Amino acid sequence: MRGESEVLAVQRLSVSLSGRRILDEVDFALHGGEFCGLIGANGSGKTTLLRTILGFVTPTSGRVVIDGGHRLAQIGYVPQKIVLDPAIPMRTRDLVGLGLDGHRLGLPLARRARRRLVDAMLEAVGATSFAEQRVGELSGGEQQRALIAHALIRRPRLLLLDEPLANLDIKSIATTVSLLRRLALEYRMTVLLSTHDMNPLLPAMDRIVYLANGRAATGRTEDVVRGEVLSRLFGEHVDVIRVHGRILVIAAGAGNGASADLERHPDHVVQVP
Amino acid sequence: MFASFLVNTWIVATIVAAAAGVVGFFVVLRGNSFAAHALPLGTFPGAAAASLLGINPLFGLLTFSGLGVIGISQLGKAGRPEIATALSLVVLLGLGALFLSMSNEYSQATYALLFGEVLGVSSLEIVPVAVVSAVSLALTALLFRPLLLNAVSPELAEARSVPAGRTDILFLGILALTTSAAVPVVGVLLVFSLTIGPPSAARALTNRPVRAMLLSACLSLLTVWASIALALRLGWPVGFFVGGLGALAYGLGRIRMECVRSRRCRARSG
Amino acid sequence: MTRVSLLLSALFEPGWNSSEPVLTAVVIGGGAAVVSGVVGVLTVMRGQSFAGHALADVSSAGGAAAFLLGLNPLLGFLLMGVIAAAGMESFAAHRIRERDLATGVVLGAGLGLSALLLYLDVTSKSTTGAAITVMFGSMFAMPPSVVPLALAVGGSALLAIALLYRPLLLSSLDPALARVRGVPVRLIGLCHLLVVAFAVALSAVTVGAILSTALLIGPAAAALRIAGRPGGAMLLAAVIGVAATWGGILIAYDSYDWTGGHGWPVSFCIVTIIFLAYLAAGCPARGKVRAAARPGKAGVQAAGRG
Repeated sequence: MRGESEVLAVQRLSVSLSGRRILDEVDFALHGGEFCGLIGANGSGKTTLLRTILGFVTPTSGRVVIDGGHRLAQIGYVPQKIVLDPAIPMRTRDLVGLGLDGHRLGLPLARRARRRLVDAMLEAVGATSFAEQRVGELSGGEQQRALIAHALIRRPRLLLLDEPLANLDIKSIATTVSLLRRLALEYRMTVLLSTHDMNPLLPAMDRIVYLANGRAATGRTEDVVRGEVLSRLFGEHVDVIRVHGRILVIAAGAGNGASADLERHPDHVVQVP
Repeated sequence: MFASFLVNTWIVATIVAAAAGVVGFFVVLRGNSFAAHALPLGTFPGAAAASLLGINPLFGLLTFSGLGVIGISQLGKAGRPEIATALSLVVLLGLGALFLSMSNEYSQATYALLFGEVLGVSSLEIVPVAVVSAVSLALTALLFRPLLLNAVSPELAEARSVPAGRTDILFLGILALTTSAAVPVVGVLLVFSLTIGPPSAARALTNRPVRAMLLSACLSLLTVWASIALALRLGWPVGFFVGGLGALAYGLGRIRMECVRSRRCRARSG
Repeated sequence: MTRVSLLLSALFEPGWNSSEPVLTAVVIGGGAAVVSGVVGVLTVMRGQSFAGHALADVSSAGGAAAFLLGLNPLLGFLLMGVIAAAGMESFAAHRIRERDLATGVVLGAGLGLSALLLYLDVTSKSTTGAAITVMFGSMFAMPPSVVPLALAVGGSALLAIALLYRPLLLSSLDPALARVRGVPVRLIGLCHLLVVAFAVALSAVTVGAILSTALLIGPAAAALRIAGRPGGAMLLAAVIGVAATWGGILIAYDSYDWTGGHGWPVSFCIVTIIFLAYLAAGCPARGKVRAAARPGKAGVQAAGRG
C-alpha cells in the first residue's frame, strides 16, 4: 500500500467555530486505496474535519491538499443522518443518477450511456433489487447503499462517510463495512469513515485517525490504539485491552471529574470509577 | 362558454396554470408553501404604489416581489424561514395599507388582486404574463437537477458543488417571477392554490421526477379549466373552485401515498 | 366605508383621549396584542407561523359569512377559524414540509370560500368594501356589542394557554419525550391550534388579518430573541405587542398633522414598530452568538435577561 501516491494530506489543520477551537493542529496523510477510520466521541470534531476536507468550513490555519484538480470532483461524500423524504417522487436510480450530473443544468435525459453507468453502480452496491422503488420509502440500510452509490458514481479518489454505521442494525453494519472495503479495493479508492465505535471497523481498517480534545493521533491501527498513545491524547491514563477480537479502552477515572468526562469518550471506552 | 370575449380568459388561465404547475412541483418538494402564499400576496402594495405613481403596474409588482425575496432570504439568515416569511409579508402589507390610504377608490381592485378577475382579461394583459411565465418555465427546466438534489438534501447538493443558499434565493426568485406577473390577471388565491394543490397530487402518482413535474402541470391545467367551466356554469367566482379542487387533489394524493406506504410495509413484514 | 375614512373621521376630533372610537381602539387593540403575544410565543416555538397567518385569513371567510347572514362578525370569524384549525390538524404530519403544505391547502380552500361569500355579499347587499375589511380589519368600526364576547374569547385563550402550558411546552420541545410522560401529543397539538384560532379570530375581527399576523408572530419572535425562558418571552411579547399597538395608534393620530391631511394608517404604523422591535432584538443576539458557543453558559445568561 505504501507505493501509492498521496491522495489526501491534512497539514497542521486548526479550525475554530464561533470562537471555540474544534481542531488543533491535526496532521495526517492518506494514500491510494487506504481504508481509514476517523474515531472520536460525539462532539470531538469528526464532522468538522470532514466538512473542512470538503471545503465547507474554512480552517483558521493549516491546509488540506487533495491530489489533482478540483476538490469536489475528487471526493465522494455521504453525510450524517440523512433522512430522505418519502413524499419526494424519486427512485433509487434517480438519486444515483443525480450523483453523476446533479450539478448540471437542464432536464436529465435518458441517454443510454448514463443508464449503463447507473445500472453498473446499482449492481456494485447491491441495490439493483430496489432500483425502481421510491428512495424515501426504503429501509435505513437500503438508503445507505443508495447514498453510497450516489457518492461513488463519479469514481472519486476519496470517499468520505460521516457516521454511516449509526442507526444500522448489527448485520447491516457488517455488510456495509465489507461492502466499503470491497469497493475501496475494486476502485483503488481511499475511504475515510467516521464512527464513534472502532470495533466494527477492525477487520477492514488499515489506518486510524483518533480525535480527542481537538487533537488527533494518527497512524496504523496497532500503532495508535495503545495505552501510552491514547493516554497522551486523552490527557489521563487509559489502558487498552483486546478481548475476543474487540478492543476496549479502560479509563481509570480521575476522581470526581470522571463521570463528567464519560460523554467525551467514544463507545468502546469503559469508565472505571 | 367559448364566446369570443372569453378566449383571452382561457388563454391566460392556461399559461398561468402550466407555469404554476411546473414551479409548484418544486414548491411542494422543497416545502416553500408559505413563501408561495406570501410572495404573491406581498406584491399587492406594488400594484397600489404603481397606480399612485402612475407607472405600469407590472413594474410595481415585480419590484415588490423582489423586495419579498430579499426580505425572506435576508431575515432568514438570522432566524427561522417561516418567521422571516411572516415578517416580510406583514411589512409589505403594511406598506400596502399606506399606499391604499393615499389613493382612494381602490376597494374593487383589492378584491380583484386577492381573488382575481379572470373573466375580464384584455389581450394586452396576456403578453407580459406569457413572457414572464415562459421565462420562469425555462429557468425551472434549466435548474431542474440542482433544484431536485437540493430538495432531497442541501448537503448532498453542496457536495456536488450546488450551493444551498444561492439555490434557495434563485428559486424564490423564480417563484416571485411566476406569481407576480399572474396576480393582477388571475389573483393571489388562484396562483397560490394552483402552486400547491395539483403538484401535491402529482407527487403521489409517480416515482419519476420529470414525469411528476409534467403530471403536475397537466393536473394544474385540468383544475383551472374545470374551475372556469364550473364558474361560468354556476356564476360563482373561479377562485372558489380552484381552492376547493386544489384541496381535493391534495387529499386524494395524501390518501394514495398512505395506501402505497402501508401496502409496502405489509409486504415487507409478510 | 373603509377603515381609513373612519379613522380620518375619528381623528378629526381634537384631543385623542376624548375620541370614543380611538379609545375603543386603544382598549381592543391592546387586548388583542396581549392575547396574540402570549399565544404567539408557543406558535413561533412550534414553527407554526404559517398556520397562525393562515387561520387569520381563513377566519375572514367567516366574517364574510356572518355579514351575509347578519350574525355577530366575531362569531363568524371564530367558527371558521375553528373549522380551519380542525382541518389543518386532521391533515397533520410530523414533517414540517408536509405540515406547511396541509396548512396551505386549507388556506387555499378557505380563501376560495371567502371569495364565494364576498361575491355573494356583494351581489346580495351591494357593498364593495368587504374585501378591504377582510384584509385590513376595522379597528375603529367595532360595534360596542362585540366587546363582551371579545373579552370572553380573549380570556378563554389566555386561560387555555395557562392550563396547557407545561404539556404544550414539553411536546413542542420533544414529542417523543412528551409521549413517554403520558402527554397526548396529537390532542395537545389540536388544542393549541384551536387556541391560536381563537386568538387570531379575535385580532382579525378587531384589527384585521395583516395586523393579526403581525401581532401574533412579530412580538413573539422578537421576545424569543431576547428572553431565554418561554414564560419571560410571553410577558415580553405581550409588552412589545401592546407598546407597538398603542405607539402605532399614537403615531397614526399624530401623523395627521405632519402629512398634510391624510395621515398614516394605523396598521402601517404598528407593523413598522413591530418590525423595528424585531430587528432591534436581533442586535444584542448577534453579539451573544459568540458567548452561546460555550454550552451551558448561554442558557443561564439568556434566562437571566428574561
